[in-house]
Amino acid sequence: MSQPNVFVIGATHHIAPIAVREKLTLNPEQSAALQQELAAIAGLKEFTVLSTCNRIEIYGVAATGDVAGAVQDVFCRRQRFAREEFEQFRLELRNQSAVGHLLEVAAGLDSQMVGETEIFGQVKDAYAAAQARGATGAVLNRIFQKAFQSAKMARTQTGITEGQISVANVAVELAANIFGNLDKTRVLLLGAGDIGEKTAKAFRSRGAGSLVVASRRMERAMELASELNATAMPFGQHEAHLSQFDIVVGSTAAPDTVVSAAATRAAMKKRPARPLFFIDLALPRDIDPAVAALENVFLYNLDDLAKIAAENLAARQAEITKCRTLLGTRAATLWQHVEPKLNGASPGAPGATYEPGRQPSP
Amino acid sequence: MLDLLTDRGWFWTAALFYLAVFIAGTVGLLRHGPRATNLTYALMLVGYAFQLAGLSLRGKAVGGCPLGNQFEIFQFTAWSATTLYLVVGVTFRSSMLGYFTGCLAAVLSLISLAVPAWDATRSSNLFGGNPWIEFHAALALFSYGVFALLALTSVMFLFRNYSLKVKRVGGWFSFLPSILELEVISLRLLVAAVAILTASLAVGAAWWLRDTASANQGKILVTVSVWAAALVVLGLRLSSRLIARRFAWACLMLFIAALLSLGPVDGSRHKPATKGVALGTQP
Repeated sequence: MSQPNVFVIGATHHIAPIAVREKLTLNPEQSAALQQELAAIAGLKEFTVLSTCNRIEIYGVAATGDVAGAVQDVFCRRQRFAREEFEQFRLELRNQSAVGHLLEVAAGLDSQMVGETEIFGQVKDAYAAAQARGATGAVLNRIFQKAFQSAKMARTQTGITEGQISVANVAVELAANIFGNLDKTRVLLLGAGDIGEKTAKAFRSRGAGSLVVASRRMERAMELASELNATAMPFGQHEAHLSQFDIVVGSTAAPDTVVSAAATRAAMKKRPARPLFFIDLALPRDIDPAVAALENVFLYNLDDLAKIAAENLAARQAEITKCRTLLGTRAATLWQHVEPKLNGASPGAPGATYEPGRQPSP
Repeated sequence: MLDLLTDRGWFWTAALFYLAVFIAGTVGLLRHGPRATNLTYALMLVGYAFQLAGLSLRGKAVGGCPLGNQFEIFQFTAWSATTLYLVVGVTFRSSMLGYFTGCLAAVLSLISLAVPAWDATRSSNLFGGNPWIEFHAALALFSYGVFALLALTSVMFLFRNYSLKVKRVGGWFSFLPSILELEVISLRLLVAAVAILTASLAVGAAWWLRDTASANQGKILVTVSVWAAALVVLGLRLSSRLIARRFAWACLMLFIAALLSLGPVDGSRHKPATKGVALGTQP
């Protein structure tokens, strides 16, 4: 292919295992150094480097077909990665396929966790960095801006981002269904295990008002409390103070339940109008299942949360085809507008090299 | 522009917009859920404007607040509920509330339009030129609109509570507001309904004490019963003795009681004790 073209070259989680991605990923300094070298490649008119834990992708506008190969050589040399080995895991797409791929990446459709939205910000950052360097022009500017529009459209017109798909986030989402804004909720974490810690962190990240950790090992409780900006409580006191909490996360390794129905009933008498939400992540269970029958008390165990997460994931999967069709149509339309620009792709004529401080075309 | 349609024409148009809210919401639910909050609000606003035009025309024709027959009472109640939704809906982020209000307004409007007998007799000078009595009646009907909205938030609470208890939180359940938000808004609506109804009864009682023959005993009994029931429910809720599901059911019952009381209240006005003047049968 000797025609001017748009390309993407790199490696993603679909083919490259984590051991390979570890070698290919770029820290900010490495990324800056790579971009400096890419800028010197003759015939590479525009480029953007996207590096996340799941993908390294270099989007470019080439004056001729062999430019992508040159980009690959530069990347492999910098990463000290054998070209032949890289080609085993390589993603390489051209023109409309490359454009379509970017649209899917920005929309979270190509992500490991389908529908996640963090990638949208990462693509935006990558584009902003390239734009700031003057490494983008009329073609990539249009493609990226349209990719952002399409990603937003995909999010609003399909269910690709709906529903949480991790147990911790499902628990937080359920709490929001009960309390709305979580900033006034008080969370009690029983046990200091891994899954409890993850759930507590998820509550913290959603702005839970206060967090108290109670564990049989007080030292561990204090350590975790310090990490989570919470307070620690002696384990034996949790039932007596139950009425002070809105959300109770059980994740102990206790052989029997540690919260009884009687204690819950007593707690609810002190706060009948305010709901109490139990999240039982322990096996054997920490919370007496009988509490579920009480008015204004809600109990979800690990199976319940896993089931909801699985349903949400299935719902997202069901939206993939719809989302892909939508983005495919958008990519085809976009390509019709972009293709004529390729021959006169800014900045400069074919073979032009990167000029520091060059301003992108509008 | 008001002259382009008859008052019933405006009411029909308003009902169609409320129906559009119901249809758009249902289609949204069957697909991915009612995300078109702005569309719902806009349709409700247009429907509200048409209904207001209809009420204005009718008000001009009868020389006062149009509360002279069952049709007008239903229209006024639907309009009151919509008024509250348009005010409350801005702060209470919920397209579901708009959807439910649209359904309620459509049902009240369409039923009243579908029963010609309810609008067969129109009364003018219904309140004998007494603005206080008119104010009393309008306030009472407005409080019934608040009860209507309260019934909607209570239904939403029951759905939300059910979904969380049976652990089915996906689908259209995910668009319902949280339990706590619904509790708070329901309590506020009940306080508002009781306050408005109390004010209405206070105004009515002031005039009734001057002329005890001016109001039908049955009407007073029914209205005061609704007011007392609302007061009891409010008291029990404030003392946390009636909460969650039971509170929601009680609120729903209050609205049904208010709705059922409209019959006796309206009937009492057509008895000889009333000062209304029949205009005649409308087509």
